[in-house]
Amino acid sequence: MSTKKEEYSKYYVPDQSIWPIVGAVALGLIAFGAGHFTIEASKQEAGYGHYVLGAGLLVLLVMLVGWFGDQIRESRQGLYNAQLGRSYKQGMSWFIFSEVMFFLAFFGALFYARMIAVPWLGGASNNVSTGEILWPAFEAIWPLTTTPDGTTTQAMGWFGLPLMNTAILVVSSVTLHFAHVALEEDKRKALTNWLILTIVLGLIFLGFQGYEYVHAYRDLGLTMQSGVYGNTFFLLTGFHGLHVTLGAVLLIIMLGRVLAGHFTKDDQFGFQAAAWYWHFVDVVWLLLFVFVYII
Amino acid sequence: MSTTVSDTHSAHDAHDDHHDHKPTGIKRWLFTTNHKDIGTMYLWFSFLMFLVGGSMALMIRAELFQPGMQIIDPHFFNQMTTMHGVIMVFGAVMPAFVGLANWMIPMMIGAPDMALPRMNNWSFWILPFAFLIMLSSFFMPGGAPAFGWTFYAPLSTTYSTDSTALFVFSMHIMGMSSIMGAINVIVTIMNMRAPGMNYMKMPLFVWTWFITAFLLIAVMPVLAGVVTMVLTDKYFGTSFFDAAGGGDPVLFQHLFWFFGHPEVYIMILPSFGIVSAIIPAFARKPLFGYASMVYATASIAGLSFLVWAHHMFTTGMPTFASLFFMYMTMLIAVPTGVKVFNWVSTMWRGAMTFETPMLFSLAFVILFTIGGFSGIMLAITPVDYQYHDTYFVVAHFHYVLVTGAVFSIMAAAYYWLPKWSGVMYDDFLSKLHFWCSLISVNILFFPMHFVGLAGMPRRIPDYAIQFADINQIVSIGGFLFGFSQLIFLAVALKCAFKKGKPAPAKPWEGAEGLEWTVPSPAPYHTFDVPPKV
Repeated sequence: MSTKKEEYSKYYVPDQSIWPIVGAVALGLIAFGAGHFTIEASKQEAGYGHYVLGAGLLVLLVMLVGWFGDQIRESRQGLYNAQLGRSYKQGMSWFIFSEVMFFLAFFGALFYARMIAVPWLGGASNNVSTGEILWPAFEAIWPLTTTPDGTTTQAMGWFGLPLMNTAILVVSSVTLHFAHVALEEDKRKALTNWLILTIVLGLIFLGFQGYEYVHAYRDLGLTMQSGVYGNTFFLLTGFHGLHVTLGAVLLIIMLGRVLAGHFTKDDQFGFQAAAWYWHFVDVVWLLLFVFVYII
Repeated sequence: MSTTVSDTHSAHDAHDDHHDHKPTGIKRWLFTTNHKDIGTMYLWFSFLMFLVGGSMALMIRAELFQPGMQIIDPHFFNQMTTMHGVIMVFGAVMPAFVGLANWMIPMMIGAPDMALPRMNNWSFWILPFAFLIMLSSFFMPGGAPAFGWTFYAPLSTTYSTDSTALFVFSMHIMGMSSIMGAINVIVTIMNMRAPGMNYMKMPLFVWTWFITAFLLIAVMPVLAGVVTMVLTDKYFGTSFFDAAGGGDPVLFQHLFWFFGHPEVYIMILPSFGIVSAIIPAFARKPLFGYASMVYATASIAGLSFLVWAHHMFTTGMPTFASLFFMYMTMLIAVPTGVKVFNWVSTMWRGAMTFETPMLFSLAFVILFTIGGFSGIMLAITPVDYQYHDTYFVVAHFHYVLVTGAVFSIMAAAYYWLPKWSGVMYDDFLSKLHFWCSLISVNILFFPMHFVGLAGMPRRIPDYAIQFADINQIVSIGGFLFGFSQLIFLAVALKCAFKKGKPAPAKPWEGAEGLEWTVPSPAPYHTFDVPPKV
């Protein structure tokens, strides 16, 4: 039995930590603040919501820095073993799966609106009288440029900026893969360069996406209020954009760690997790590009 | 298995092991990374929420004691039904199961703790904040959400009060808590099993939670998506659920029930695991059909993604869709039947004794099956046209959730309280709790079937005079059941303050599993070195 004990590499169970409760306070403040801010903004009243929200975000930032800092220190001290590494990898994979399901809800809304709700409003299936009595002028086409109540907009084309953005994001996935290969082969200089290139491509994507929103609002009249086409467009691309932002922040943190000399062939969970996240965000975009822009 | 004993002994002469002392004071609970501490907090929190949600139910029953408007106004009545549902589902039943998972899964599979201990504490502490925010909306102009726990659009969009924003954001952080808790459970089970503890040796409680965690990760994000659409529809001018903008309120119901149906299995699968641990222990026979139990659980989970629209038969959908969802729903009776027959077969010719955990488990098997049968009735599309939105539905889901989920949680609490606290619970009080609960819960919910079939709609503060007698009986049952739970509070407090006979490591003769190889109360850290299974 004693040999058993020696063979077993102890699973690292951290000591007490202040960060989880700080994180819970942060999320509490964010939820409370965001709720009140939304209410106040909708009534155009002044209030305290945005202060609470800001405070929550600040506390969350402190928590992230502190928590990740602790973990990086522990990892550097060699407290982590292979089993813990597996826990982190599995945890990250399941987190990405949950993100897939989050996007699925919005894709589901898009498909339902397109395949069922809009045709039915136009009188398809057994809904002839719905169309004739409620909105006789309504024509069921997609993109839905004229809603049943008559709001009009223009559709966002796929050629040009969106196509370019697709190319940028695909290339960034490839450059990130090269960075990973460089890490595996211990070519630090190449690793740094490929990683920087990936981040720059990500930021260019975000810039273009912002420009596209301005174009949509100003030139096309495509807004959050312009019916279900605009709704699915903005929520899908918007949440994707938020995820790109988070992915870019993760990659920037990883760049800092690479510059500080962290990560080796055998110790690279943080880098891997950020890379998985980036590839996931890329795949979501490809689906988006096909279902939101092209088809 | 003697590893564990030597392990706990070696803890005393232990070297530099910082794990051995138990932190004290409030810091122990705020900063903990210990699965047992976190499990304890989850369980106490869920019990507190059970009482809060329960007192709302008593308000509802007080108002319904007589026809006419007596005590509360209709708007407040709607707030009560809404918050009762939200609190019981997200605040009482789900956290109670997570608490049990926290306490038991590491001990059952021979792991030193949950796989991600800090995230574990974060998952717990989000909940009190989420519910504080949710409950704070009672003090807003317009009061708390009043659109039912299902928050159907347009009730939650066009016709809701400002509390909707708080509802949405507290749902968001509750969902984060659930997802993180589920990730922790799933990773612990996949990665932390002791050598020799292969998948088909795991206790069924571990198996059912494994599958439940998968369901949670799959559907909580969909809930996050649908509450987000409610938020943007209400405050930012989108029209996901508004036909004038090309959307459809029916879309809301599809998205919600795509989450909602797996959600109801999230609240029952761990129960199956609990009962599958307790019945063999007190029948003194191994569980009949272990492998079929695992496959049945997995089948139920798989089917749960294909049945959601049986909540929407009267909402309107093409006939082929109605048929599809009807047949899929009835199919669930097959794996569930496998389970019930397995439990009965386990007891067949067993040397049975009737300690309190066993009593609750037996009540579970019988009463949950009643809830299952009324479920099959509701699954039949043409018949559902009559039952939909009546008290028959209320009776159905309270049989599966109260005499199902809640009774199994009570059974689990009595079964493992000696292990948690180190003392035996008060036998007399526990039996009193059982018999009071059993009788009152049937007075409470069984007559609801009859008023439901006779046409009394759910979620109304007033009703036609011919329903008065049965509603009075139901209300009396409700108050009896509610106050019976205070007996459980007394039992739990006595155990918490160590008032009772000291419990041996294995207080139940026929109990199986690694958790019974460690002393009672379980040491602060168990299985620092994995046992050999």
